[in-house]
Amino acid sequence: MKNLPVLYCGILFMLIAPWCGLILGSNVQLGSLQPGAAEDGDPVYPKITGGLAAQGRAVYTEMGCVYCHTQQPRPASAEILQLQTVKTNTTSRTEMAYVSPDIARGWAKRGAVPRDYIYDEHPLLGLFRNGPDLADIGSNAALSLPTSIWHYQHLYDPQITSKGSMMPPFRFLFKTQKIGDRPSPLAITLPDSEPIRPAPGYEVVPTERAIALVAYLRSLNQDYELPEAKFSR
Amino acid sequence: MCPFEDLASSIDPRTDSHLSEQARLAQIDTSLRGPVFFFFAKALGWLLLASIFGLVAAVKIVNPEFLAGHEYLTYGRVFAAAVDSFVYGWGCQAAFAVALWLMARLCGTQVKHLGVLYIAGAFWNLGVLWGVGCIFFGGLTSVPLLEMPPQVAPLLGFSYVMIALWGLLSFHYRQPGPVYVSQWYLLAALLLFPWIGFSAELMIFFVPARGVVQSVVDAWFVNSLLWLWFVPVALAVMYYLLPKILGRAIFGYYLSVLGFWSLVTFAGWAGTHFLVYGPIPAWLQTVGIVGNTMLLIPAIIASLNLHGTALADPKGVWASPVLRFVVFSSVAFSLAGLVAALSSREFGLVTNLTQFTAGNGLHLLYAVFSMAMFGAAYYILPRVLGREWPSAILIKAHFWSAALGISVLVLALYYFGWRQGVEINNPEIDFITTVQNTDTLNRIRVGAGALLLVGHLAFFVNFAWMAAGAACECCCACLSRFGLLPATGGAR
Repeated sequence: MKNLPVLYCGILFMLIAPWCGLILGSNVQLGSLQPGAAEDGDPVYPKITGGLAAQGRAVYTEMGCVYCHTQQPRPASAEILQLQTVKTNTTSRTEMAYVSPDIARGWAKRGAVPRDYIYDEHPLLGLFRNGPDLADIGSNAALSLPTSIWHYQHLYDPQITSKGSMMPPFRFLFKTQKIGDRPSPLAITLPDSEPIRPAPGYEVVPTERAIALVAYLRSLNQDYELPEAKFSR
Repeated sequence: MCPFEDLASSIDPRTDSHLSEQARLAQIDTSLRGPVFFFFAKALGWLLLASIFGLVAAVKIVNPEFLAGHEYLTYGRVFAAAVDSFVYGWGCQAAFAVALWLMARLCGTQVKHLGVLYIAGAFWNLGVLWGVGCIFFGGLTSVPLLEMPPQVAPLLGFSYVMIALWGLLSFHYRQPGPVYVSQWYLLAALLLFPWIGFSAELMIFFVPARGVVQSVVDAWFVNSLLWLWFVPVALAVMYYLLPKILGRAIFGYYLSVLGFWSLVTFAGWAGTHFLVYGPIPAWLQTVGIVGNTMLLIPAIIASLNLHGTALADPKGVWASPVLRFVVFSSVAFSLAGLVAALSSREFGLVTNLTQFTAGNGLHLLYAVFSMAMFGAAYYILPRVLGREWPSAILIKAHFWSAALGISVLVLALYYFGWRQGVEINNPEIDFITTVQNTDTLNRIRVGAGALLLVGHLAFFVNFAWMAAGAACECCCACLSRFGLLPATGGAR
């Protein structure tokens, strides 16, 4: 190549063009999104995550949970043609049908949209699904009610609640303490199969960080409609 | 005399024009002995650390109880530390060493004021060390490839400018004549990298954009880092070493200009294909897919150029340990272009958010970039240190373990990642089954990781052996100069 000004200008152009197109373009479109209501008069969403849940978000971030858990359920339009078992009252047969996997798995009732993340300091969309999507985990009543014991057991040793999981145990978010006059209301019950149990007279209680993390997990939900994202029915 | 003239003449890196060609090359190599050795030594240290972290992370996936009691060794942190040590510790520093030497060689210039380079290099290492340390002890940001806390960024940015400046100065003061394709690639890489890094740090940390705009910036950053920083440096090496060692011109050289422009044109537009069906507008997904698909063009052109040259003398390629690495890298680049061209909504629906993505990253970072850097190290280090590699067997051991390890690893990640995607997309399969079905992959990861570590150790031993020899020789020369040793000891 002999024409060096072309080389310099070309490289400069290649710096600027995609940046303007992708980065500036998306910032113009999404950079000032505000919360919205699905219909006139409905409450506006999303809500700001504050308090304990915000502290839990910091724990989630510093532990690197994003390397196995996503927070971006795909929309109903992300369909795949698949053999599905259709059950009626008397028979069950298989047929080809379009399914939206994330919604069919119960990970969300709708796909995530940019507006869901406007209050996130850094959106934790995630890269890999070595674990399930967590964007709507907080609205899973079976895991959170009546107490958060499922979450605590799962964090202490994932094998208690999800046999065969590859998730590491987060026992360092718990402490073992001597049982005082009466057992702590926070103490978690552990099954006999758990290999690392407290000695008799001792109990396992979550630390503040574990409590915050569980508060964050329970706060994660996309269980609301937005103008551009209605539940798929 | 004006002080600026003083400065200009003191940084003027041109070699003495009255010297013979041979003597000028020797002058260039001697001037770069320190920096090239410095950056390769540090890069190699980080490579070993990264492979150990990677191996620990791989074992933790197979056995979650492994080292589970230590908070700082939890999987997310070790994995992030492995990635960042590899990318910023090994990758960037190997790229610095190679880019500085190659630019100087091609421009016929030497490097002056080595102190600046050493200080900048020391700060770079300090920055990465600080960043990786923070990842272990609670500073992980969880932003892909920007895991180190943002406080590290100004330090790295400053060091980078001080390092890259010498590459740009070389180019500015180059000998008259046409500019070779490797120089374009190096120039583009040196100019684009700071822009990519600066925009990403700015828009994610220092002046954070709202919500998913950050995710778009990060996806663009990750893709640009791979395709506009690591890949161009690797291509510069391939375009230089193949014709140089084989003693032939590049096949279809006139095409290479098209390859260059297509790469720098399209690579910057890709990235958002990582977020297909994610929470970003559809047009961004489409642009990303188109940009990524178009990367087939530079891959085809580089394949024609490089494979055309290599195939003209396959025996010559096989006979040269350097070219084995380089040709492996060029074949991997062709395949990377094919994988990029598969990009589409349907493809992303299956492969995104699975180990397939990890496979693609490793494909570019290791099979393309690192293999080219290994080849370059085996070529450059003997020239700057003035010594041969002490052990040919260790080079062979490095090549075979690296080639075998990375091929098995990337193919396994592609295959099992694809399977994982298909299974996750079938709601009739329990999620936990999709997790358990990656068990074979996880075991392969451990095996391949160990194999790669063996290769890196072989490289390290050879390197340390050679460096010790050079240091010994240097000491002997000094001692004999002061009459403490008979002159024959160090006068070789």
